[in-house]
Amino acid sequence: MDLVYARWQMGLSLAFHIIFAVIGMAMPVMMVAAEVAWLRTRRREYFELATRWARGTAILFAVGAVSGTVLSFELGLLWPRFMAFAGPIIGMPFSLEGFAFFLEAIFLGLYLYGWQKLRPGAHLFAGVMVSIAGALSGAFVVTANAWMNTPTGFRLGDGRILDVDPFAAMFNPAAGAQVVHMLLAAYAAVGVAVAGLHARFLLRHPAAAFHRRACAIALTVAVPASLLQPLSGDWAGRVVARTQLAKFAALEGHFVTQPYAPLRIGGLPDAEARETRYALEVPGGLSLLAHGDPSAPVSGLNDFPRELWPPVTVVHPAFQIMVAIGTWLAGLAVWATMLWWRKSLFESRRFLKAAMLSTPLGFVALEAGWMVTELGRQPWIVQGVMKTADAVTPMPKLLLPFVLFTVIYTGLAIVVIALIRRTVLETTPRGAHG
Amino acid sequence: MIEPVVLLALALVLSLTAYALSGGADYGGGLWDLLATGATAERQRATIAHAIGPVWEANHVWLIVAIVIVFTGFPRAFAAASIFLHLPLLLVLVGIVLRGSAFVFRAYGPDDPRHERFWGRVFAIASTATPLGLGVIIGAVTEGRLPSSPEGSFTAVYLAPWLTPFSLAVGAFALTLFAYLAAVYLTLEAGDGEERDAFRRRGLMSGLVVGGLAALVLWLAQPDVRIALLASPWAVPLHVATGATAIAALMFLWIERYQLARMAAASQVAFILWGWALAQYPYAIRPHLTLAAASAPANVQILLLQVLGVGAVVLLPSLLYLFGIFGPRGRPDTGAVSQSEPPL
Repeated sequence: MDLVYARWQMGLSLAFHIIFAVIGMAMPVMMVAAEVAWLRTRRREYFELATRWARGTAILFAVGAVSGTVLSFELGLLWPRFMAFAGPIIGMPFSLEGFAFFLEAIFLGLYLYGWQKLRPGAHLFAGVMVSIAGALSGAFVVTANAWMNTPTGFRLGDGRILDVDPFAAMFNPAAGAQVVHMLLAAYAAVGVAVAGLHARFLLRHPAAAFHRRACAIALTVAVPASLLQPLSGDWAGRVVARTQLAKFAALEGHFVTQPYAPLRIGGLPDAEARETRYALEVPGGLSLLAHGDPSAPVSGLNDFPRELWPPVTVVHPAFQIMVAIGTWLAGLAVWATMLWWRKSLFESRRFLKAAMLSTPLGFVALEAGWMVTELGRQPWIVQGVMKTADAVTPMPKLLLPFVLFTVIYTGLAIVVIALIRRTVLETTPRGAHG
Repeated sequence: MIEPVVLLALALVLSLTAYALSGGADYGGGLWDLLATGATAERQRATIAHAIGPVWEANHVWLIVAIVIVFTGFPRAFAAASIFLHLPLLLVLVGIVLRGSAFVFRAYGPDDPRHERFWGRVFAIASTATPLGLGVIIGAVTEGRLPSSPEGSFTAVYLAPWLTPFSLAVGAFALTLFAYLAAVYLTLEAGDGEERDAFRRRGLMSGLVVGGLAALVLWLAQPDVRIALLASPWAVPLHVATGATAIAALMFLWIERYQLARMAAASQVAFILWGWALAQYPYAIRPHLTLAAASAPANVQILLLQVLGVGAVVLLPSLLYLFGIFGPRGRPDTGAVSQSEPPL
């Protein structure tokens, strides 16, 4: 039972932190874009935007920093045997992340509190550093997660790790695809969310220059990321198909090894009956996507002992949700580009409505994607090397810390939402509706 | 050629020193927020918030650096501490989360006194609880009551290793030390003489309590720890240095030479930490786990040292820049991002 609580606590902590982490990566980019626009045009709205987004970043970054600290300790508190084994191997990206995070915190301090103290160029430079360091720290951490999926850079000999090569571990086979997928996800999710929030105001006040400019900057970040994301998803999927066969079978709801494997859209896997029902099947589609050849055989879950199956009934739907949202956001990006080309981006109420309704979708896809990669790796904590059940702390009564963090994080989430509403969204800027 | 184990342990001690001198003082500021009284109470709180605001997140990262050094370089020590000290670590984590969140909630929240009071209180309490937990953890790895295996009752394995008079005394010592450091720093941040004098008196008081608690910690220490602290060859010069800087700090506070007081107090804290580290050597966790036994493979430690070296080259200029801009003589402009007039 304690294993279950440990997993829930880890899942909760990750799900909570990832929201603030991606905002900490993408918000500074928009904040800097607004400041550049302010310096070039001297339009008040841009200054207003830069300071407001900075205010939002300040709140959200702080919560991200402290919840990230919790995670780095929880790796040991919940999975000490994993860390005793993996610490030396994946310590490298964490050390690098430490420095990136350091730079992020230093330059964010300079940015937030230095509007008057720094010259405009230096202030802008601080914002750029925050943006770069944010992306780097995200990338480093993701390589550590990728190592859990495709562990490399060490050898096992009589129960000890030998020949540790931290850089080989960091540049493991899954690292590239996962890093790119995560960075794009961050920019897409945050960009779409901010664009959606301002679209809501534009539906009420179509001429509001402030919200138009905000929406335009957010879309500039969101559109390229959303367009590229399906490509990076395809790459990530092919890596999984090559390196984590059971995970790939689970996320596709694929039970029987076969050539011309169908791509299943939707559907509910039934682990007992070993089949996925109600799916729209594209013949040969899965073989084509996984291996570039419709006749290539794709391993199904039946090839693996039952105790090595990931929880397919959760993983497949989570994967479908992620893919569906990714596809929708790519479509929205195409739509936005077409409207922008015709110079009628903010004239289309239908587009603004669609953007508004899409506000939370990127974050839903993000959470679903992390469920896919983390649940899809089970029962392993390090694919093929160490089981999650063997990594957990011997400490009993893990229900207590789980409940504690659930209460704290729920409370923090409520406060953060209320604060963002009051300080970033609701206050009407001067001249906003002119 | 010094072994990588020793160099890495040194890097860890330096990170912890940086954390104590910067992040530690931020926690101490929280305690003074909690204890702010008198006519200048609200001004004191504002000064503390201004001093901490631009730097606390950067200061906090020293802890992350330390923890990364431990789990990369000394993974078995990280695992053992994580298992047997789960509960005090939990206290520290909750403290860190609530301290940081409450601080920004108060700083960037609406101008509502109830909101500010509530989150100010959370900030202050969390700032007080966290160093207590950190001190208890240091106390526990020093005292050496951690079992070598998790067999046994919950109390024996998960409470007894740290719920001891010695560890609790070290917790109280750490809290007081940070409070003392903060009070001394704050004399340089205060807006007026009245407020400065309030911090001066707090610095003098807490400085004396630090001395008393140090004696208590020594008295409660196990014989072997006490011998390590008092009788080893390096002990005498370090104790002399600690004592001299302590007396100097109090004296400079007394005669209102605040710059010198700050230097002396910071040196005193560093000497205390180094004295502890030398007494702890060669153990990571007494009495079962030496640094060597807790170590990662040597090539990993060497690589980590190289990364820390390269990282420092990028980091230190940035940190100096940050403190140069917002150091005691350069307070952040009031209201920072909430100000509505564009800078020209």
